[in-house]
Amino acid sequence: MRSPNLRPRLRFLAVSAACTVAATTLAACGSDGPGGSSDSLEVWVYQDGSTTIQQDFVDQFNENSDIKVNLTEIPGDNYQDRMRTAMGSPNAPDIFFNWGGGSISDFVEEDMLIDLTDTLAEDPEFGDAFLPTILDSGAIDGRHYGVPMRGVQPVILFYNQTLFDEAGVTPPTTLDELLTLVDTFADRDVTPAVLAGGDPWTELMWLEYLLDRQGGSEIFERIRNGDSSAWGEPAVLAAAEHAAHLVDAGAFGNNFRSVSYTTDGASTFFAQGEAAMHLMGSWEFPNQLSNQPDFAENDLAWATFPSIEGGTGDPAALVGNPTNYWSVNSNVEGEKWDAAVEFLKLHASDEYAAALISNGDIPTTADAESLLDDAPTPDYARFQYELVRDAPSFTLSWDQALTADQATPMLDNIEKLFSGQLDAEQFVEAMQNL
Amino acid sequence: MKRETTHTPRAGRPGIAWALPAVLFFFLFAAAPMGIVGYLSFTDWDGLSDPSWTGMDNWSRLWNDDGMRNAIWLSLLLTALTWLTQTPIVLLLGVWAAGRQRNRAVLSAIFFLPLLASSVALALLWRTIFDPNLGLSADVADWFDLDNADLLGSPTGAFAAILFVTGWQFVPFHTLIYQGGARQIPQSLYDAAAIDGAGTVRQFFHITLPQLRNTIVTSTVLMVVGALTYFDTVLILTRGGPGDSTSIVPYLMYETGFKAFDLGYASAVAAALVIVATGTSLLLVRLTGFNRMRSTREGM
Repeated sequence: MRSPNLRPRLRFLAVSAACTVAATTLAACGSDGPGGSSDSLEVWVYQDGSTTIQQDFVDQFNENSDIKVNLTEIPGDNYQDRMRTAMGSPNAPDIFFNWGGGSISDFVEEDMLIDLTDTLAEDPEFGDAFLPTILDSGAIDGRHYGVPMRGVQPVILFYNQTLFDEAGVTPPTTLDELLTLVDTFADRDVTPAVLAGGDPWTELMWLEYLLDRQGGSEIFERIRNGDSSAWGEPAVLAAAEHAAHLVDAGAFGNNFRSVSYTTDGASTFFAQGEAAMHLMGSWEFPNQLSNQPDFAENDLAWATFPSIEGGTGDPAALVGNPTNYWSVNSNVEGEKWDAAVEFLKLHASDEYAAALISNGDIPTTADAESLLDDAPTPDYARFQYELVRDAPSFTLSWDQALTADQATPMLDNIEKLFSGQLDAEQFVEAMQNL
Repeated sequence: MKRETTHTPRAGRPGIAWALPAVLFFFLFAAAPMGIVGYLSFTDWDGLSDPSWTGMDNWSRLWNDDGMRNAIWLSLLLTALTWLTQTPIVLLLGVWAAGRQRNRAVLSAIFFLPLLASSVALALLWRTIFDPNLGLSADVADWFDLDNADLLGSPTGAFAAILFVTGWQFVPFHTLIYQGGARQIPQSLYDAAAIDGAGTVRQFFHITLPQLRNTIVTSTVLMVVGALTYFDTVLILTRGGPGDSTSIVPYLMYETGFKAFDLGYASAVAAALVIVATGTSLLLVRLTGFNRMRSTREGM
């Protein structure tokens, strides 16, 4: 039976239920979230094969500190989006992983990061521990906002030693030799160089090296500092023409545009002996070592990128990701800031360098050389270390160096250049209008 | 008037308070965000600093943007092709599934499977299948002696792949709608037609099809609005590429907003999409008389 007396009560219940729902929702929107709590440091890191080291050192730090570090691992691909979105909200991390340069320049502009230059300079054991080229690569207008926390990641020309031996050839030292090798391998029904065109940042690696060898690192340095007229330099056009020429000559086979790196399409193909070369970041080696150990131990070899006849760039110069950095949110202060500095200093220690080395990474600390013999593959470790130590310049990947609103259309244009939708001249024009 | 309002609760109908939770939810998670997007579309915002008012700048940029024109063209093309390819398939499948043939239930259950998986998982699966060296498409290219299997690498190939994968995924859903519609058609109509000597084909065109008119409209509206807002498949399968060959409006919106962090302009793209999609579905409803829909069931 329906009692009239019940009505007002029901109505009251309904209204209060609705209010509770609304209030909770609004409260959730307005709360400070984990980033605002006063007794812990929220640290965000990009989740990959090296994350275990971060966890170990966080545990070690937490044993001796009143202010605990709370590590959050963000899975791969969407790290950049999520970090950026969080930084605009009250749930921003206190310390976070980044690539330096353009990946944090917007935050710097908004005064959201702490300038670490003086902190690094005050303590020689901290500031002088790192290779200066590596520290500078992540700097913005000469100021340091990041502390190196991962291994170096130069882009390296990997090749299949067995295929090279069978063809009786050696790795290319010039672009002309590379083009000859393209014919050699194409005749042998081997893809000369595997390229994951489905992920345009792999095409970017070729263009970065081609421009660096053609015109030197100064050209992109100018672009990075906001001089977009530098895209109009003749060397940019020449580099784009080299890239288009390589595509036309069949350097990447005729399938490369839909190959994906993130689903292992390129690395697996390379490991199966179907392709002779693979231009990729240094992480390719540990990846192959864990996914295709036979290939990595018996066939995989490495070389520097060839020079270009008539090019003005230094053949020892590198491109890639010098390393990754920790940056500190500017709302960290007081005791939390002291704890944050202590946490960052851990990453300059020999123990941290040793942990990176046993993981197959090459640390960015200046005295890492003595530790290299402990690496899983000392040859590769030494090659990488010397490459970085002797490089006159180490250009940060363009998509990380530029701000997000430029990097996105740039990658689109590069994809179009490699797929023939833009020729070299149209590419240059499109880049000038970025 | 007054009598009526006081009378209503007595009749046992729930008061307005009962609608409050739903209304609040709708307001918080649908209406308010849409209003905010509308506001943001008149600003320049990078997601970090405060939005700054720029008036009509985003909208005039939208009007002259080649990327947006390309995206609108691709979205319209995708929508039209989606309808043209899916409708005949789901109509036939649905009518067939409404019958009483042997093995029908088993086969229908199999056809239904793609609908159960998440579209992200399906897109990842297809991306692996389309790998030109290691995937199934490499084998297919071998069988037919094609010189490459670079489907996702060519503008038309990538577009066709999107059309195919989304079709494969959504056909079961629309089949279900048609199956339900076809089951509603009274058997007596077919019996009468059979006595008059009409064969299966004639019965299909003169009974099934006209009786399914409202089902066709429902399915069409869902297909059109769905195709205008496809996103996850494009994100995983082609990322709008190669170049911008599959950069349809929702993907362009995502790329502008969450890759380039030009959230003001992305909001303008989003608002334009809302206007176009709402306009299209209203137009469809009006043109087809869906808004005056009466039961078409015989004798009811």
